[in-house]
Amino acid sequence: MKIIIGFIVLWPLVGFLLNGLGRNIWSKKTIATQATGYIFASFVFSLIAFWNVQEQGAIVVHYFDFINTSTIKIPFDFRVDALSSLFLLVITGVGTLIHLYSSAYMHEESAPHYARYFAYLNLFIFSMLLLVLGDNYVIMFIGWEGVGLCSYLLIGYWFTNTTYNNAAKKAFIMNRIGDLGFLLAIFWLIVKLGTVSYGEVLTAESLAKLSSTDITAITLLLFVGAMGKSAQIPLYTWLPDAMAGPTPVSALIHAATMVTAGIYMITRTNIFYTHSEIAQTVVAIIGISTALLAATIAIKQNDIKKVLAYSTVSQLGYMFLGLGVGAYSGAVFHVITHAFFKALLFLAAGSVIHAMHHEQDIRKMGGLKSKLPITHLTFLIGCIAIAGVPPFSGFFSKDEILAAAYAKNPIYWFLGVVGAAMTAFYMFRLYATTFLGQFRGTEAQASHLHESPISMTLPLIILAVLSAVGGAMGVPEILGGHHWLSHHLSSIIGAEHALHLSHTTEWILMGTSVAIALVALLIAIGKYSKQADGEPQTALGKFLYNKWLVDELYENAIVQPLNRLAGFLKDVVEKNVIDGVVNGTGKLVQYGARQTRLMQSGQVGYYILFMVLSIVLLFLIWFNDLAITRFLHNLIQ
Amino acid sequence: MSIQYYIILCLTLFSIGVVGVLTRRNAIIVFMCIELMLNAVNLLLVAFSKMYHGAALQSAANTTAGIDAQIFVFFIMVVAAAEVSVGLAIIVMMYRNTHSVDINFLNRLKN
Repeated sequence: MKIIIGFIVLWPLVGFLLNGLGRNIWSKKTIATQATGYIFASFVFSLIAFWNVQEQGAIVVHYFDFINTSTIKIPFDFRVDALSSLFLLVITGVGTLIHLYSSAYMHEESAPHYARYFAYLNLFIFSMLLLVLGDNYVIMFIGWEGVGLCSYLLIGYWFTNTTYNNAAKKAFIMNRIGDLGFLLAIFWLIVKLGTVSYGEVLTAESLAKLSSTDITAITLLLFVGAMGKSAQIPLYTWLPDAMAGPTPVSALIHAATMVTAGIYMITRTNIFYTHSEIAQTVVAIIGISTALLAATIAIKQNDIKKVLAYSTVSQLGYMFLGLGVGAYSGAVFHVITHAFFKALLFLAAGSVIHAMHHEQDIRKMGGLKSKLPITHLTFLIGCIAIAGVPPFSGFFSKDEILAAAYAKNPIYWFLGVVGAAMTAFYMFRLYATTFLGQFRGTEAQASHLHESPISMTLPLIILAVLSAVGGAMGVPEILGGHHWLSHHLSSIIGAEHALHLSHTTEWILMGTSVAIALVALLIAIGKYSKQADGEPQTALGKFLYNKWLVDELYENAIVQPLNRLAGFLKDVVEKNVIDGVVNGTGKLVQYGARQTRLMQSGQVGYYILFMVLSIVLLFLIWFNDLAITRFLHNLIQ
Repeated sequence: MSIQYYIILCLTLFSIGVVGVLTRRNAIIVFMCIELMLNAVNLLLVAFSKMYHGAALQSAANTTAGIDAQIFVFFIMVVAAAEVSVGLAIIVMMYRNTHSVDINFLNRLKN
């Protein structure tokens, strides 16, 4: 078992090394086969691990001691349990499909760049697996940093474009801000508990050792880390810009890896969050605010990938709402269903962009329904799933979060339903503008429209099936299921709030949210199936189109003052103070040397005089050291 | 005789030596003053040695304690004699080169 679990992580690393080092040797076919093959091998091993966990419970394997000192011991252990095995399957499963899809999507690249792309992709999966498998927060942090690095590399994959490079840097820096919070939380744990292993930290004994301030501080700092990685207010602005990378990368970042890391971490630490009312409230409020903010922005965007990006931010907001109201298994459920339908939507969008020759503006699309039948159908399934229409997967997971939110506070539920309505609206605005109505592109584009090859449509079909039936793993009791997922996770999630809702209430909540989503969906289809959105007319429309001016706010409130400070340090402090000290030292030595040189007059008499005076001085010091010490002592006091 | 007289005598001799070295320009006289300082120290050494030996004799007859410094002085005088010959040789060479024994003429070493 130790070897199997180790190789889940090692396969992608092998792929990374082979493709990275052999990028000038292999043909494109070999590269793609290798990269996809290793991830698939990882998926197979994950399946084996998953079945083992199903049968015998959590497995912890020890490899070596990562840090071993007298005061702290951090082992390099992997833990496969109910939670991490689920994430393993999602990461490697969706990852394999994205690799397969990429092999066709990236075919225009030259072989060395093609290999570089797949090497980064494999490294991304490797880091994410490390993050999920680690048995302590330090290993998780290694993976955490790894996905940050890989997102930088992949967002800036087309490195000749300055805008893309800036987007990559933005992602990296935003993540770094969050990472600081995570790092501080780890230090806090080490100082207070002396250990970071899940088996020792996440227990009732260690909870008893920590004061409520400690728990609140640790949970909030961890949440700062999650904000950066999972794109929550105020650190979400990198995610929409991350669209600069190739479309399959967006799918990978948004669905299988990276952004789910924050959810994973908080679910892992759930017993801490349950003990901190403040942290839970903060998580829930940030979550629902992000969900609503991103949804409003998504309504007015015209770039097919931007809409999907903001919908990811919004859906992540829902997951955090779920975490904040204590519906941890609901949040994990939404992570999984979201991984299916968001990967599907991105890959389908990639298929559209591919067919349109890198056109991303939905106002120039339209009427693609007949030209791209498979893409159209799968995209539609993804839209229905994310809009929360039963019996597609998104309905079950979103409904679970909303029901838990209602049990906690009906205001959360109300805002959540508003967000869900907006989700249905902007997704079907996107769908209708892209696929319905008349084609609005150029003649050249129209003549080249074609359905994508099988290696791109196959992942779409698989993901569409999963998006459609994925909800089956968490059918609530009220609908006749027995919620396999929440039973599966019961060993991880200590005290989940049991839902004290009567069946009538649940039916009403469910009916309301579905009805509102359906109405929003029909309005969107009705409004946008004939024509695309024009330029925003109203002030509110412009405000939303410009993304609430958050980027401008950050630019003026943080970036500009920092730049000015840096300029001040460069022009004033550096030039006058630091250079002054350095040059002053040199000048002082030169001046001193010029003066001392005069002592060498060549007059023997003077030399002897200096000698005698020096001897006298030495004697004075020698015999009076006590007196001198006392004198200096008095001087100091 | 009290030890103080010896100390004062040595101090006087030594000070004369120092002042001579500092004030005179004739190399021979400077050299003589250095010898004067050396011998002042020798004299003091012998005086202390005698005092210590005398004190030791009070408690034990036939003791040799303290006389080692007097032997030591002989060695110093031998070494000093050697040093004097070297020093005088240098002064002779100096006179042959400059036709003067004024030490201020030696500032040619400056550069």
